[in-house]
Amino acid sequence: MNLHEYQAKELLAKYGLPVQQGILATNGEEAAAAFDQMGGKFAVIKAQVHAGGRGKAGGVKVVKSREEAADVANGLIGKNLITYQTDANGQPVNSVLVCEDMYPVQRELYLGAVVDRSSRRVTFMASTEGGVEIEEVAHNTPEKILKVTVDPLVGLLPFQARDVAFALGLEGKQINEFVKLMTGAYQAFVENDFALFEINPLAIRGDGSLACVDAKIGIDSNALYRLPAVAALRDKSQENERELKASEFDLNYVALEGNIGCMVNGAGLAMATMDIIKLKGGQPANFLDVGGGATKERVIEAFKLILADPSVKGVLINIFGGIVRCDMIAEAIIAAVKEVNVTVPVVVRLEGNNAELGAKLLDESGLQLISAQGLNDAAEKIVAQLAAV
Amino acid sequence: MSVLVNKNTKVLVQGFTGKNGTFHSEQAIAYGTQVVGGVTPGKGGSTHLNLPVFNTMKEAVRETQADASVIYVPAPFVLDSIVEAVDAGIKLIVTITEGVPTLDMLKAKRYIEQTGGVRLIGPNCPGIITPGECKIGIMPGHIHQPGKIGIVSRSGTLTYEAVAQTTAAGLGQSTCIGIGGDPIPGTSHIDALELFQNDPQTEAIIMIGEIGGTAEEEAAEYAKAHVTKPIVGYIAGVTAPKGKRMGHAGAIISGGKGTAEEKFAAFEKAGIRYTRSPAELGSTMVALLKEKGML
Repeated sequence: MNLHEYQAKELLAKYGLPVQQGILATNGEEAAAAFDQMGGKFAVIKAQVHAGGRGKAGGVKVVKSREEAADVANGLIGKNLITYQTDANGQPVNSVLVCEDMYPVQRELYLGAVVDRSSRRVTFMASTEGGVEIEEVAHNTPEKILKVTVDPLVGLLPFQARDVAFALGLEGKQINEFVKLMTGAYQAFVENDFALFEINPLAIRGDGSLACVDAKIGIDSNALYRLPAVAALRDKSQENERELKASEFDLNYVALEGNIGCMVNGAGLAMATMDIIKLKGGQPANFLDVGGGATKERVIEAFKLILADPSVKGVLINIFGGIVRCDMIAEAIIAAVKEVNVTVPVVVRLEGNNAELGAKLLDESGLQLISAQGLNDAAEKIVAQLAAV
Repeated sequence: MSVLVNKNTKVLVQGFTGKNGTFHSEQAIAYGTQVVGGVTPGKGGSTHLNLPVFNTMKEAVRETQADASVIYVPAPFVLDSIVEAVDAGIKLIVTITEGVPTLDMLKAKRYIEQTGGVRLIGPNCPGIITPGECKIGIMPGHIHQPGKIGIVSRSGTLTYEAVAQTTAAGLGQSTCIGIGGDPIPGTSHIDALELFQNDPQTEAIIMIGEIGGTAEEEAAEYAKAHVTKPIVGYIAGVTAPKGKRMGHAGAIISGGKGTAEEKFAAFEKAGIRYTRSPAELGSTMVALLKEKGML
């Protein structure tokens, strides 16, 4: 689950991190009032969306009057911002953060943290190359990224933060400031089950003090049950509508850009099904893991989700029934097709207990349900169905 | 001989009397697994499925001499259950539960590494099976066949595809290890490769991965240096978009890393035979074994 910049900054401020000042505004008037409150000659208006690349897309603007603040805010709010990180439709902007203009700064640094899978540790990355894409730095000048691995037994210790501070070329008072910042960030990370944390840029102001200019936080979705305050920060407007609906029914759905809808049990098999459709010349329209129970109700909801995408011209159902019998799954599918009134061709491949009986039921249903045996047959059949149209 | 589990393995079920624990224990018992009892705090002293229920793992291990356990408890209690099992002396812990917070698994792994001598499998996995001998988990026993292929996979139903195909090809499986779809699994591809390399019954290995992380790349490097048995590799998620979690907590391409293409490239670099089609896991293995004069 992602947080907005303003939410991330609020959270980090609670852990003692110095953040760029900002006031949230949901319309032009509020933006103008915020401009006044900030009190500077300039302010920076930043669109609040769950995507990076806002600057290049016109989502970050410097303004020099309350009127301009209102204009810029009105120009952004209520519209979608399309950045290189969003899809073609972009993300809706419902608020902007009116921030202090702190530039020029002495330098821009980078500080981030993830759970590193190889070392199985929370790992911090720091670099003197702030203000640019960290992936580029990792690619071009990897030696400029410092890594610090944290042992959960003792946590992030001050000496580790000092190592980084000195390596980043900080001096005097900045050293302790940075130690406080980095150890605070680690506390925030473990107490809020972060999956991702990034301050880019971490700026050194004109007066030498540190400030987080931007903050990005991703929370481990598996931990939301124990983070009620954080869970309440979820902004559903930033999520794909169909993916949202899916999660309400305990279905895992990800929209893609093709025309063959997929319904599969198991995430790995679902990905493999998308892959084999592509291998056979088709384009999968979605990932959908119908999970452990292919009951009539779940299959109905799954169909509704898949067919809500107007580009879908056919559906492939691939169920490897472990313990559930295939004839029961076939009955669920037949009932669902009738109830949802599915009009596109549906190819069904069932494997497991009573697979032949399941296929027989599908063939004799009188509906446009085509049974398939094996992955190759299933993928070839659905691609052929679409080609025939 | 198979790896980790066989007909002598004694299994305790943590979360024994819950819905999942009950259903899958019935299946395991029917398959022939030696389930010796289970733990549900508060229900100790009662019987379930004709087996004893205990209040604590310490008591359960003392009374049954079990050496393995399977965890079906809900996600918030998994860390607790794992550490309880370790403290009770269990040597193989299979965690089926999905949805465990990553930082909990980080701690669980840390605890296990510190203790030593304990193997953890999962979480978010189908379990481990040595066909004909012992089934710990939720996989359908009937598609398996005792045989010569070791299978290691992050996915559940995709593993069953590999199983069905190798059974159909008459090769059978020595042991299938589902390591699960989470970012910090108890057992890695590398751990499984090492076990299979040292197991006389395993003649060849199928390694199934998916997008996210670098486990398969690391496994490919390891295999090149340490595994002499034939390997067939497959990666799911060529069509997965960046930044989206594809079901499994660990299946996410982030920062451009962890794509299927990078993993196939790692197989290529390590000289590991691979297929891009999930329908050809069995046939690719057959072809490879024939080339090696092993079929």
